[in-house]
Amino acid sequence: MRSVILSVTAVVLALLIGAGILALSGASPVAAYTALAQGAFGDAQAWQRTLEKATPLVFSGLAVAFAFKAGLFNIGAQGQLLLGAITAAAVGFGVEGLPAFIHAPLALLAGAAAGAAFAAIAGALKVYTGAHEVITTIMLNYIAINLTDYLADGPWKDTSPGNIVARTPRILDTAMLPTWGPIPSGFVLSVLLAGVIYWLLWKTTFGFEIRTVGQNRHAARYAGMRVARTVILTMLISGLFAGLGGAVETQGVVGRYQPGFNVGLGFEGITIALLAKTHPFGVIPAALLVGAMKAGSSQMQFVADVPKEIIDVIQALILFFIAAEFLLRRLLHLQPEAGEEQLVLSTGWGSGE
Amino acid sequence: MNPWRTLWQNNRGKLIAAAVLVVAVFAAYARNPQIVEAVLASSLRQSIPLVLGALCGLIGERSGIINIGIEGQMLLAAFVAFLVNVRTGNLLLATVSGVLVGAVLGFFLAFMSVSLRIDQIIGGTVINMLAFGLTGYFYQVGLVTKGKFTPIAIPGLADIPVLGAMFFRNPPLTYLTLVLIFVVQFLLYYTPWGLRTRAVGEHPRAADTVGIDVYKMRYMNVTLAGMLAGLAGAYLTLEAVGSFERGMTNGRGFVALAVMIFGRWNPILSWGAALLFGFATALQTQLQFMRAVRIPHQFIGMLPYLLTIIVLAGVGGRTRPPAAVGQPYVKE
Repeated sequence: MRSVILSVTAVVLALLIGAGILALSGASPVAAYTALAQGAFGDAQAWQRTLEKATPLVFSGLAVAFAFKAGLFNIGAQGQLLLGAITAAAVGFGVEGLPAFIHAPLALLAGAAAGAAFAAIAGALKVYTGAHEVITTIMLNYIAINLTDYLADGPWKDTSPGNIVARTPRILDTAMLPTWGPIPSGFVLSVLLAGVIYWLLWKTTFGFEIRTVGQNRHAARYAGMRVARTVILTMLISGLFAGLGGAVETQGVVGRYQPGFNVGLGFEGITIALLAKTHPFGVIPAALLVGAMKAGSSQMQFVADVPKEIIDVIQALILFFIAAEFLLRRLLHLQPEAGEEQLVLSTGWGSGE
Repeated sequence: MNPWRTLWQNNRGKLIAAAVLVVAVFAAYARNPQIVEAVLASSLRQSIPLVLGALCGLIGERSGIINIGIEGQMLLAAFVAFLVNVRTGNLLLATVSGVLVGAVLGFFLAFMSVSLRIDQIIGGTVINMLAFGLTGYFYQVGLVTKGKFTPIAIPGLADIPVLGAMFFRNPPLTYLTLVLIFVVQFLLYYTPWGLRTRAVGEHPRAADTVGIDVYKMRYMNVTLAGMLAGLAGAYLTLEAVGSFERGMTNGRGFVALAVMIFGRWNPILSWGAALLFGFATALQTQLQFMRAVRIPHQFIGMLPYLLTIIVLAGVGGRTRPPAAVGQPYVKE
């Protein structure tokens, strides 16, 4: 409960400072936020937009949050997501003659596998060479951008007449994910998977190992746990979720892979994971919040004439206030709860473990 | 112990490899002087933001603070320097404002990691996201710069073969950076400030016991280091490119951290590492330009990032970061 109060306070403070920046740059914060809210929740269409925007964010939020549980900071969710998106597209347009109930899941799985494999590289590098995952996953992000740009402009380019931009062909209808009323099926999937992660983390031995490794690597090793295996598997599963996020975006919304369409989704996962205090069920409302901001930002830009990048600033501020627990607890006179898990990431760089 | 001697003893392999590279460059020069001069000059240009970022990172880490926000510091500084140049046309003023932006963000990082005890990696991520968001929000299409720094040939020295083209025909910020590398090296190893800095990064409790104010040192150093990242940003818009584009730092702030690690948290060695990265970039540009290789440009574009991963994976030996890096210090 207290962590909910902290998260809500962080969001409110970030919105207030965001309003300050808007006012300073000559825009009306009230008009901007009103347009933002209308664009996100104004009618059924707006709700659908919000859910669509939130869907990949639940996945990337889960990816980052899950890695955090093992003390790993997966800044590379972005790259894993891109690879997932393009792989799902490749299966979506390349494999023909399958019924939808096989084709769509197959494309999803392919995207998930691509993300998982890519993230596992960072896990293996950490375990076998001591290379810190923060830097390796960032570098892998840039590699993923180059790789997907190459694929979308080379072997997997859309060669239909008239097309000059880098993008893949449209995926077949059998690979598209349905939308039920205003609810994208990908969103339902993401909520189900949040449940699976909860079960995995708190109801299985493997989950216990992950959490122990995250709390104290040395203790985990002393207790006979296979730390190396846990680290690699955690990164792999984290990448799997990021890859799925990309696949769902391709199959549910974009309909193909096009460079520039999935920018930022992986980084937003960091804010979402921390806003959720790395709890899988917290990820859902956190992703909805960020998704709503993204869904409403176009309307805000159109109606209130405010550049939509302000929501990036607000997100950074949310992350700041969430991380600044120390400050918030002072402000709110809250004591830490007993048994609360602490997040420690900044262990040394090239030193191994 | 004499740091120069330690430098030699710990890095014999790398230094010998560097010597071999230098000989190879001279051999190539005999065959094709213009291209070699172009590649070398470009290597140095590419190395400038990297070595500035690495200096920023190592001063922070030597004092016990991981700075993963260098990318953001560079980006926002590049943007502000660009804006000031557009408004005033005064390059000096623009540089100073870039440097100040770096300092402000450095101070903010110190505030987060020292006073608020935020996880330092999250703190750096906040800075990166903030810089990305703010530059995106305030960016306007169609702003035109009023010029950029131009090269100044140093009379006499500029005519030396190879070295002249590489070192003595550069714009002012490059000269400034070259001087700063040696200044930081000197400060870190030969002054009380350097000794205190290293003490704070290795064993803050002991430093505290002998009367060094750990908090003050960390605040001061991370802020000063931020100025170097700010200078790197100013270099990008005022000297290298001449204008600003969204996300123009392109990961240089992160690559700089790999440069710092490869350079073992030592300014001069980091410069060597930065030159190696710069050389890789310059060489690939040249090869592409000459159409000597038929590899898609995206794969060549991956090169610096792959190199970073290889470096981090410990090729060239395991390294040891300052002992207290990343840990918030709590006074007793």
